Amino acid sequence: MTSSPAHGADDQAPLIAARDLHTWFELRQWGFLRVGAVRAVDGVEFALAPGEAVAFVGESGCGKSTLARTLLGLHRPTRGEVRFAGRSLGELQGRALKAYRAEVGYVQQDPYGALPPFLDVRRILAEPLIVHGVRDRAERERRIRAALEEVRLSPAEAFLNQFPHMLSGGQQQRVVIARALILAPRLLIADEPVSMLDASVRVEILELLRHIQRERGLTLAFITHDLSTVRHYAERIFVMYAGRVVESAPVDDLLDHPQHPYTQALLAAIADPDAANATRLREVPAGEPPSLLHPPAACRFHPRCPHFMAGLCDVEDPPDFSPRRDHRSACWLHR
Amino acid sequence: MRDRTLLRVEGLELHYQTRQGAVHAVDGVSFDLHRQEALVVLGESGCGKSSLAKALMRLLPRNVHHTAGRVTLDGVDVTALPDERFRREVQWSRLALVMQASMNALNPVVRVGEQVAEPLRVLRGWPRGKALARAAEVFELVGVSTDFLARYPFELSGGMRQRAVLAMALVAEPALVILDEPTSALDVLTQASIMNALKRVKRELGTSFILITHDVATSSELGDRVALMYAGQLVEVADAERFFTEPAHPYSRMLMASVPRLRQRARPEAIPGEPPSLAAPPGGCRYAERCPYRFARCAQDPPAFRLGERHRARCWLHADDAPAGGGA
Amino acid sequence: MTGGRWRQGWRELRRYPSALLGLAIIAALVALALATPIAIPYGEALAKWRGSEAWQRNPVNAAPLWLDRLTGGDAPHTLVVESASAPVEEHAFAGGRRLRIPLAFDYEAGGFPSELNLFLHAPGHAQPPFARLTWRTPDGRELGLGGYRIGARERIALSQDRALERRLDGLVPHIGLLAEPGSAAAPGAEPRVLPGRYTLRLDVLVFDEAAACDAELVLYGRVHGIAGTDHQRRDLALALMWGTPVALAFGLLAAVGTTVTTLVIAAVGVWYRGWVDATIQRLTEVNMILPILPILVMVGTLYSTSIWLMLGVVVVLGIFSAGIKMYRAMLLPIREAPYIEAARAYGASNARIVLRYLIPRILPVLIPTFVTLIPTFVFLEASLAVLGLGDPLLPTWGKVLNDAQSQSALYNGYYYWVISPAVLLMLTGLGFAMLGFALDRVFNPRLRSL
Repeated sequence: MTSSPAHGADDQAPLIAARDLHTWFELRQWGFLRVGAVRAVDGVEFALAPGEAVAFVGESGCGKSTLARTLLGLHRPTRGEVRFAGRSLGELQGRALKAYRAEVGYVQQDPYGALPPFLDVRRILAEPLIVHGVRDRAERERRIRAALEEVRLSPAEAFLNQFPHMLSGGQQQRVVIARALILAPRLLIADEPVSMLDASVRVEILELLRHIQRERGLTLAFITHDLSTVRHYAERIFVMYAGRVVESAPVDDLLDHPQHPYTQALLAAIADPDAANATRLREVPAGEPPSLLHPPAACRFHPRCPHFMAGLCDVEDPPDFSPRRDHRSACWLHR
Repeated sequence: MRDRTLLRVEGLELHYQTRQGAVHAVDGVSFDLHRQEALVVLGESGCGKSSLAKALMRLLPRNVHHTAGRVTLDGVDVTALPDERFRREVQWSRLALVMQASMNALNPVVRVGEQVAEPLRVLRGWPRGKALARAAEVFELVGVSTDFLARYPFELSGGMRQRAVLAMALVAEPALVILDEPTSALDVLTQASIMNALKRVKRELGTSFILITHDVATSSELGDRVALMYAGQLVEVADAERFFTEPAHPYSRMLMASVPRLRQRARPEAIPGEPPSLAAPPGGCRYAERCPYRFARCAQDPPAFRLGERHRARCWLHADDAPAGGGA
Repeated sequence: MTGGRWRQGWRELRRYPSALLGLAIIAALVALALATPIAIPYGEALAKWRGSEAWQRNPVNAAPLWLDRLTGGDAPHTLVVESASAPVEEHAFAGGRRLRIPLAFDYEAGGFPSELNLFLHAPGHAQPPFARLTWRTPDGRELGLGGYRIGARERIALSQDRALERRLDGLVPHIGLLAEPGSAAAPGAEPRVLPGRYTLRLDVLVFDEAAACDAELVLYGRVHGIAGTDHQRRDLALALMWGTPVALAFGLLAAVGTTVTTLVIAAVGVWYRGWVDATIQRLTEVNMILPILPILVMVGTLYSTSIWLMLGVVVVLGIFSAGIKMYRAMLLPIREAPYIEAARAYGASNARIVLRYLIPRILPVLIPTFVTLIPTFVFLEASLAVLGLGDPLLPTWGKVLNDAQSQSALYNGYYYWVISPAVLLMLTGLGFAMLGFALDRVFNPRLRSL
C-alpha cells in the first residue's frame, strides 16, 4: 500500500486541480471579534483531466457546494489554490478572471431560482453573451438558438419568448444548462442538478448532461448527495465528509467495493426499490454529521465509525491510502 | 370481532379554484387501508398527493372549489362529521398528520418535551407529569434521547426535530398517521434512521401509516401497499411485493425503470414528455400522451380494473380482467 | 422586456373597480394639469396671481357659481355698465365741452351687490375734467353723489363714501342706493331691493379739445366663476387649476427622486455589504430621527421657499429614508438567489448585478408603494404652503388654503375657499390610493387571497 498526495489522474496535464484547498468562513462577533471559522472545505486535493466526468458526493454540510463555488471563483480559498489550465485562480485579475468565467459553466440545484423570473428565455441566454461583449444581435440570436437546440428545447422559437414560470421544472433546468454552455466553457460544474426535479425527469437531465459532456469533450464536475444517481453519469467519484475528500475511485469500483467506513455506511443507507426493504432495518452509523465549526480532531468520521481505533483515529489525520488500484481512501484501516 | 378495514376512501374529489380555472387536484380517488398496514401514496410533484392528505385531514385551503366523496375511519363517516366534532374526536387522537416541513413548525420558545406532551394534556386532560412521562417513552421509540425533552427546538438538528414532530403525532396513539414527505428535506443517513424509527413504531404500536412521497426508494421502505398517483388519479394500487416486481400500469413500469439504482448496472430510462396540467386534464386516460402502449380505447377514461385480491390498475390493457366496482 | 407580465398585470387590474375609479380620477387630474399651462401660460398665471388690474372688476370674496346654484340661484352677478354703449350727449362751450353720460342698467337680482365702484378713464388732459354724479332710481328719485376731479385713471369707491352712507339712513351705499325706500326703517327689518331701471348720470366738464372720458360702473356681485374669488379679488379658479400641475409634478418628481435614489442606494448596500452597507444603515438611522417638517420650515424661513428648493430638500432628505430599510429587507434574500450567483459565475459586473438583476426583481412590488407615495408628497407641499412656506410665486392649492386661513375664511363663512382646494387634495389622495391598493393586490401575491 502506498500513499499518494493527491486524489487524481497523474498521467495527463489536469484541466483543473485543487491543492491543499481550504475555504473557511470566519465568524465574527460585533463585526470584528473572531470567534471561530466554519471549515467548509478543509484540505481538498484533486486533479481533473480534460474531458473527464467526475462526481463529488456527500451529505448536506459536507462542503461540496462550497467546493463548487471555490472552483468557480465565487469564494476565495483561505489556503491552498485552484489551478485551471496551469494558472492559479488567485492570480487572475480583471480581464483574465472574466475570461476564466467564460471557461467554466455552472448549473445550479434549483432551476426556478437560477433563472431571473423577470426575463424571458432569449434575454436570459443573451445575458452571458452581452457580458462577454458579443455585440452583434444576429450572432447572439444564432448562438442562443443553437444552445436551445443542444439542450433539446426545440423548436427554439417555442421557448425564446417564454418566461421561466411558464416552463416545467425539466425545461427550466435545460435553460439553465443552455446558459451554462453558451460561452463554450471547458469545465461544467453541476451542483445537485436534478435533486429538485421529479423522478421521471431526472434521468433525462442526467443523460443530457452526460451527452453534452461527451460531445463537447467537457470536464464535468457533478455534485450530488445521491450516490444512486452517479453510476452512469460520471467516471470517477469523490466522497466528501466534513470538508474533506475521504475516498475516491472510478465509479464502478467505488460503488461495488467501497473502502472507507463512511462510504460503506452511506451505501448501506441507500435503498433500491424493493418490497423487502419494509421488513428490514438499515444500518445507520450513530450520531449526526459533525459541526464544521468544531470538527472532530484527526479523522472527522471517528466518533461515528464502527472501526474506530482509539489513540490513532482521534489523534492523527489519516493520509490517503490506496487499498485497490486507482482507489484512494483516507482511513487508517488500510494502513 | 372488529372489521379489518381501518380507512375506506370512496370517490374522493378535491378541486381548487385558481386564476387559471378549476384545478382537479384529487379526482375520484378510492382505496382502503387495513389495520396495522402502511400505504404509500407515490407520485411526482403536482400529481395531487399532498392535496389528498389535506382532504383526508380536512385541512382545506380557502380556495376550494368542489369536494366530494366519502372517508370512513373505523366505520365512522368522518366526512359527515361537523368540523368541531372532527377536530375534537378525530384529529390527533385517531388521525394525525406530519407535514413536509413540519420540523420547522415547532414553537421555538417552548421546550420540545412540552410540545410533544401537549396533545395528551389537551385531548385527554392528563396532568403534566404523566403526559411528559409518556412523551419520554415515545421519544425513545422514535430514537431520540430523552435528554432532548428539556431542550428548545433550535438546539436540535433537523433530523431530531423531525423525530420530535413524529413523536408529537404518535403520542396520543392515533390509529392512523399520515406522513407527507417526512424525510425529503433530510440527508441520506438521517432519512434512513427515521425510516428505521417508523418501522419500529409500526411493529411496536401497530400504527397504520399513509406515507406520501415522490421517492420510489423511500416508498419501498415502509409500504405494505403502494398507491401510485398520476394527474389527480390513482393509476395503480397493489401490495408492495406485487408493485415492485410486476407493476401492471404502464406508468408504474416506466417509473420503476426510470429510477437510478445503486446496485444495478442497468441504465435508467427516462419517461418522455411532461405530466398534464391539472387545470385542464386531457379526456380519456391521463397518461395516454406519454404511454408507448397507447391504443384507440385510451381516448376513453379507463375504469380501475381488478387484477387480483387487492390489486387495481386504471388501464385499458387490463380490460380482459374483471372490472372492479368503483375506482382503484 | 417583460411585456407579458405587465399585460397580465393590466388585465388583472381591470377587475378592480376601485382601480378603474382611481385611474379615472388620476386621468382627469392629469388632463387638467396638461390643459392648464396651455390655457393660461406660466408667465401670465404668475403675473396675474401676483395681483393686477385684471382683477379689479372682480368682487371680493365672492362665492362660486355652483354654490349659488345650490342655494337658490338669485345671488347677484357682477354688473358692468360702460359708457361706450351709452348714448352720450355732448354740448360744446367756450374752452371746453360738457358730456352727459347716462349709465343705465336694469337691476333684477334678489340681493344687493357686494360693492359699487365707478372707474373713470380720462387720458390726454392738460387740465383734469370734472364730473358730477347723479343717481336715479326706478321710482324717479334723484340723488346727487357729489362731484369729482378726474385724473387719468380714477376709481371712485362709492361703497366707501361715508357721507353718502349717512344720507342713506346709515345703509352702506351699495345697499342704500338700490333699496326700496323705507324698507329698512322698522327696527330689525332687512332692506329690500327695489327692482327696475337705475341710471347713474355723469355730467362731465372736459376742458381739452382732443380729450375724451370713458366711465365704467361696476356693481360687484356676490358670486363669481366656478371657484369664487379671494380677498384680493383674485379668481380662485386660476390657483386651483395651476395648483394641479404643480401638485402632480411635485408629487411625481419627489416620489421618483426618493424612490429611485433610495432603491439604488439600498441595492448598493445590500450588494457590497461590509462598510458600505454599515455606512448606509447608520446614515439612514440618523436621517430617520431627523424631523423632516421642521427642517423644511427652517429652510423655508431662513433661505427660500421656492418650490424647487423644497423639492430638492425633500428628495435629499428622502434618500436615506426609512424606505432603505424596507428595500434592504426585500433585497437581502434576492442577493442570495441562485440566479444572482449564476450571474456572478458568468462574469456580470457589480453594476450590472445591482441594476439589472437586483432592482428589477422588486420593481413590481415597488410600484404600488410608489403610487401611494405620490399623494404623500402632494400633501407635504400643501402642508408647507399652509404653514406659510409655499412657493412665493406659484399659485398652489396649499397657498389658497393658507390665504383662506389667514383671512379666517371659515369664521367668515367662506367655506368654498377651503373646500375647493381640500377636495382637490382629497381627490388626488383618493385616486392614487385606490390605484395603489389595487396594484398592491395585483403585484403582491401574498395579498391576493385577502
